[in-house]
Amino acid sequence: MIFKPLAMRDALLEKIWQAMSKDTKIFFTCADFGSPVLDKIRADFPDRFVNVGIAEQNLINISAGLALEGYTVFAYAIAPFITMRCYEQIRVSLALLSEVRQMNVNLIGVGAGYSYVVSGPTHQCYEDITLMRALPNFQVLSPADHVTSAAFFDTCINQSGPKYLRLDAQILPVIYELEPPNLSSGFHVHKRGETMCLVATGYMLHTALKVAAELSSDGFHIGVIDLFDLARFSASELQNVLQAYSGVVSLEEGFRGRGGLDSMLFEFIARRGLKTKMLNIGVEGAYHFELGTRTELHEKVGIGHHAVKEAIRKFAITLPN
Amino acid sequence: MNLKEKAHWVWLETLGIHRRAPETRLASSLSSIEIFVALYYGGVLRINPNNPRDENRDRCIISKGHGSICMYPILADLGFFPLEELKHVCESGSFLGGIPDPVIPGYETVNGSLGHGLGVGTGMAFGLKRKGSDRSVFVVAGDGELHEGANWEAIMFAAQHKLDNLHLIVDQNNISMLGYTDDIVSHGDLSSRLSAFGWDCLEVQGHDVLAVQSVLHQLKSVSGGKPKALIARTLKGRGVPGLENASLSHIINPKPELIDSLLEKFK
Repeated sequence: MIFKPLAMRDALLEKIWQAMSKDTKIFFTCADFGSPVLDKIRADFPDRFVNVGIAEQNLINISAGLALEGYTVFAYAIAPFITMRCYEQIRVSLALLSEVRQMNVNLIGVGAGYSYVVSGPTHQCYEDITLMRALPNFQVLSPADHVTSAAFFDTCINQSGPKYLRLDAQILPVIYELEPPNLSSGFHVHKRGETMCLVATGYMLHTALKVAAELSSDGFHIGVIDLFDLARFSASELQNVLQAYSGVVSLEEGFRGRGGLDSMLFEFIARRGLKTKMLNIGVEGAYHFELGTRTELHEKVGIGHHAVKEAIRKFAITLPN
Repeated sequence: MNLKEKAHWVWLETLGIHRRAPETRLASSLSSIEIFVALYYGGVLRINPNNPRDENRDRCIISKGHGSICMYPILADLGFFPLEELKHVCESGSFLGGIPDPVIPGYETVNGSLGHGLGVGTGMAFGLKRKGSDRSVFVVAGDGELHEGANWEAIMFAAQHKLDNLHLIVDQNNISMLGYTDDIVSHGDLSSRLSAFGWDCLEVQGHDVLAVQSVLHQLKSVSGGKPKALIARTLKGRGVPGLENASLSHIINPKPELIDSLLEKFK
């Protein structure tokens, strides 16, 4: 089938709503944050929905308590608030407690990167990959389109333990037009290249595909990988793919050099002894208060399409053929 | 043993544990003894030592993690684990640490970090209601940890959702690590504050084990659509000269000879 673009959250919430009528163990919690599909959940399943108010610490604690009573919990809020406002609760009563008690809590954070474009740095989220991947027992899932977001529903239901889903707040073009990616390896190879491969997550996959297509017409044949499972990807399969390249480029809509995707790949490549150079593309510098479109903001901080293209051209020259 | 004798035995055992493992927090474990004895021996909690997470149990969340070393002899005596384990607190390979963790049979949640038990317990109480269970949740918290704001998020939530299966027992010893709570950030009249937040609230002299038992039964039997709190007025470091109600009792370790003399005198 061909998918029409949807918001990632609505695609995932639709699957949850459909499942809630059959699976009475699903509970939905939120911190005063909505969506059109959430209205259906609120109306149809009032006994298994609760809005805790603007209180993310309590959102996590209530969700943990519900999970200990056997519910599969989906907790929903804006990405920086559901990660950083309540990080201690996440650490203690999800990451730590799930070490000894079976519990299934799925944190749905909306607003990855700059996706709340005009709301400024409080609502934008450039630190979550770093923070959430630091927690043992947590899965960190980062879809690039709504098809992948919806596909993660099965992961949420079938795999116990705490998870964080970082969803974009905007409706993005569909990447997986015919069928969702195979989730088992944690990544999807979109293109195979000659000497260089781009490894992107979330929104930056769109930039990576665009840049790779444009550079292809200039004679650069660059591979592109969508890394959507940032904690449990298959290391051996990723090694098999990456070891064919002399250059790897990480692309993330998060701070560069602060423990995100770039650090993860650096460590991966070092530990595995791969002989590949790396280029890291991520948000440069610190916080920004300037207003602009997402495209303009991305160019300002070094992750826009032109900036990425230029950086990759320069990097390509440094690689052995 | 009657409840008073049991409380005395737990007091001696707790001193003994601290004598062997001075890393444990003694003073805050002495203020909560009668609360736990009433809960666990006084017919308040439904428990199953053979299956600590029996679905039919009442849930007891021990939020004041550090101050619950007195639970070790209680849980061992009730059969959650062998009494022999009490000799190995804080030793390599033991599951009984300086701060209890949920690897200990009978402990439900992680409480080394303060201010988490009430929120998680509230989620459990909410879940029990929603799945139609008549089991109860008891949360034992220190008054010091009520400084953590997340407690008050849970307190508001519990009232909103009429969680009359939720019981908060505050071990009000009036002292946190660096002094008297009234000198740090006062809770004022805590009972009135909780009442204003929509809770039913009772107070008790927290070292009168029979009174604590009686009031816990009274609280548990009420289902008036409000969460319930019991403020137990207690003494930190109770019964240990130099420790009892001392402002720095949390971090004072009594001398081994003092503990030995107390164990000899009161055994």
